[in-house]
Amino acid sequence: MAEIASEPTVSRAEFIAHVRRLLPEDALIHDEAELRAYECDGLSAFRELPWAVALPRSEEEVVALLQTCHRLRVPVVPRGAGTGLSGGALPHPQGLVLSLARLNRILALDPFARTATVQPGVRNLAISEAAAPHGLYYAPDPSSQIACTLGGNVAENSGGVHCLKYGLTVHNVLRVRGYTAAGEPVVFGSLAPDAPGYDLLALAIGSEGMLAVVTEITVKLLPRPQTARCILAAFDSVRAAGEAVAAIIAEGIIPAGLEMMDQGATIAAEDFVHAGYPLEAAAVLLCESDGTPEEVEEEIARMGAVLERCGATEWRVSRDEEERLRFWAGRKAAFPAAGRVSPDYYCMDGTIPRKALGEMLEAIAEMEREYGLRCLNVFHAGDGNLHPLILFDANQPGEWERAEAFGADILELSVRLGGTVTGEHGVGMEKINQMCVQFSPVELEAFFQVKAAFDPAGILNPGKAIPTLHRCAEYGRMRVSRGKLPFAELPRF
Amino acid sequence: MNAIVDRLREQVLAARGRRRLEIRGGGSKSWYGAPDPEAEPLDVGMLYGIIRYEPSELVLTAYGGTPLAEVEALLAQHRQWLPFSPPHFAASATIGGAVASGLSGPTRWGHGALRDYVLGVRVLDGQGRVLRFGGEVMKNVAGYDVSRLFAGSLGTLGVILEVSLKVLPLPPASCTLRFACSQDEAIERFNRWAGQPLPLSASLWWQGQATLRLAGARAAVDAAAARLGGEALPEEAAQRFWEDVREQRLSAWTLQEGEVLWRLALPPTTPAWADAEDALVEWGGGVRWLRRPAADDRWFERARAVGGHAMRWRGARAGERVFAPRGAAERAIEARLKAAFDPDGVFARRLPLE
Ligand SMILES: Cc1cc2nc3c(=O)[nH]c(=O)nc-3n(C[C@H](O)[C@H](O)[C@H](O)COP(=O)(O)OP(=O)(O)OC[C@H]3O[C@@H](n4cnc5c(N)ncnc54)[C@H](O)[C@@H]3O)c2cc1C
Repeated sequence: MAEIASEPTVSRAEFIAHVRRLLPEDALIHDEAELRAYECDGLSAFRELPWAVALPRSEEEVVALLQTCHRLRVPVVPRGAGTGLSGGALPHPQGLVLSLARLNRILALDPFARTATVQPGVRNLAISEAAAPHGLYYAPDPSSQIACTLGGNVAENSGGVHCLKYGLTVHNVLRVRGYTAAGEPVVFGSLAPDAPGYDLLALAIGSEGMLAVVTEITVKLLPRPQTARCILAAFDSVRAAGEAVAAIIAEGIIPAGLEMMDQGATIAAEDFVHAGYPLEAAAVLLCESDGTPEEVEEEIARMGAVLERCGATEWRVSRDEEERLRFWAGRKAAFPAAGRVSPDYYCMDGTIPRKALGEMLEAIAEMEREYGLRCLNVFHAGDGNLHPLILFDANQPGEWERAEAFGADILELSVRLGGTVTGEHGVGMEKINQMCVQFSPVELEAFFQVKAAFDPAGILNPGKAIPTLHRCAEYGRMRVSRGKLPFAELPRF
Repeated sequence: MNAIVDRLREQVLAARGRRRLEIRGGGSKSWYGAPDPEAEPLDVGMLYGIIRYEPSELVLTAYGGTPLAEVEALLAQHRQWLPFSPPHFAASATIGGAVASGLSGPTRWGHGALRDYVLGVRVLDGQGRVLRFGGEVMKNVAGYDVSRLFAGSLGTLGVILEVSLKVLPLPPASCTLRFACSQDEAIERFNRWAGQPLPLSASLWWQGQATLRLAGARAAVDAAAARLGGEALPEEAAQRFWEDVREQRLSAWTLQEGEVLWRLALPPTTPAWADAEDALVEWGGGVRWLRRPAADDRWFERARAVGGHAMRWRGARAGERVFAPRGAAERAIEARLKAAFDPDGVFARRLPLE
């Protein structure tokens, strides 16, 4: 089964004439120069100009746009802030980009019920800011939280450095309201526990804008922990740091954050934010504890003992809030820091079982030699989610292609090690080939059927996330010709 | 195990277009939902055993027919647990049945629902396809999250051959406190406390008494217990109490002839109804259990009116609605999902699609 091909029944000019009737002039972009701002998301290697970009201000406008596009068979690509890292919001060359950025109001905040109901264009951090006076916050905290929208977070099931303890988007959203591709209203989930019927909310979260357009989200708010402290620990080998991560968990501790950076990433981050990282260490761990002061003191002592036992060459505990934030500043700025040491960087997102961390890092070091490119490594170590940052220069012929092949090798190794090609950034356009490695043809077929259950006409963000079998066959041939494993024989998960 | 899967697949393929099958784990929850009297049992009890469990990875993978009690005993040996405390309802309860039923117990309030802990499944669907979704890692957004769709699907989409669950360390300390108060006071306190950084685990109100379980680091539990007051239950009695709650052994759940047991899932802050003072309240107000004469059927509407949903948990008579109705668009999506995994309707429709 292939994806339903969606061919518009109108020309671009006719389409724009239709859409003009639905929106005020300043809510529609169709001038080529202005469209450039929307040609890519955070992954600028993939670019495409859409027919038009719509910036509705109301749900009524969203519905009218969806109904019109559905009738005319014009693909619709939802977009939040465009910080996605997998090309999820990459425009369709014969489609409309539906920006939800202007639907940016916090509709309700109920401190007693600990919920906030927001429009999809509300920025992640804005919720925690609004909840702060009540001692509450929204837990998932992607590093992009000052910019990315809740609609994008829902579509990608975004995580952050605290999701080991507090969960991903899927664990912190109670209900979404939105519209199908045909413009019919839908509600998934409920403010009451265990909504009846199939768990459509779970399908919608992480669906990369392919199942429904989300126009309202109700999230859980959590009480802000009374206090938090962070340990900065140095190791003289990455393997020892990886073993310390497993040992902390084996001790029965779920830290509020457990992050690792290798030497390259540490040096780049230190240069950028001066966090006080030890530059001679092969790997640095950040281990955070939060809770009541008594609880934090107890947990920090237990973690310190484990770190020492695991051969930490140095470890120190943040003395105050300012120092704790400084410890995190370097980790949270790892991507821009990579951007300062190299003209371009390519961020990967595989997840592997924690125990395979050492093996993965050794393989990445080998790939650096093979591809002649450097790689900085930052990890959400607690949950095995890796963000290798491959450094390259797009202006050097062939470098992007090498970076792309390097990245594909990392993702395919993630699958072989029992993991997945994407932990939190999504498949989008970027990892669509690697989906052929992770899933069998019948599983891909089932994904297309899930898509068709929500969007039978196939107009919502078509061509993303799920590869056609034809594409997989092509990719298999290409990888074989490069002397790599064909996808069909790889052991999966 | 491959031979067992092959045999199940043959049974499914042979039934296509001829019979309906009811997937049966331990049969412990076979009263739940809307049973299909014409379906023949498809026994999955031979799908038995724990496949992988490494405590430091916080993941356990088992065959669908593995007894829940066995999974929990193994976790306990390593001081870990399933934090959603799934009800057993019989010694025969299986892990596949627990996931397919999607039910969580009293600690759902503080630690999350069953679906929050599902990481991956391997299933046999109604077309005889063996499909794997999700995996054994904590973060995974490759493809749609179909493994969570199987949580609570009541065997209507396919057989859960294997399931991977996230597990957690057992909280090192716990304490159960009891307070005398009205239902409204209990709902008010539970929600107010939930907005404060307290190690909350489970809550219940019934017959003028609120019971609160704290669980977490020793220091946090002690500090919270000192602050909240109330009367502390001895640990052994507390454990027995919460197990009775998980297994619904209190008399609030015991049905008399001609009664229906309603499960009202409500936004937790919904005030108590004046004509429901006999309710048993769980999950900080999120669920209220009521026994009512079978003729009293206003509860679907009353729950809906406050943004919740009612269910006839037990005592529904043939032909009576069990689950709350859903909207037309959602129903159409559900029907297409059912058709995608089970186009011939081989698996019994215990979760009615209307
Ligand atoms: C510097 C940097 C750091 C980052 N750090 C993290 C991190 O720590 N953790 C993490 O998980 N991610 C991280 N990201 C990735 C990115 O920020 C997240 O994926 C984010 O959720 C995307 O939100 P957005 O509003 O920018 O969405 P966009 O990029 O605009 O869109 C992302 C996807 O969502 C869909 N979409 C958007 N809005 C809607 C809607 N209303 N309805 C339906 N579909 C919709 C789009 O079609 C697209 O498929 C980072 C990105 C950058 C640039």
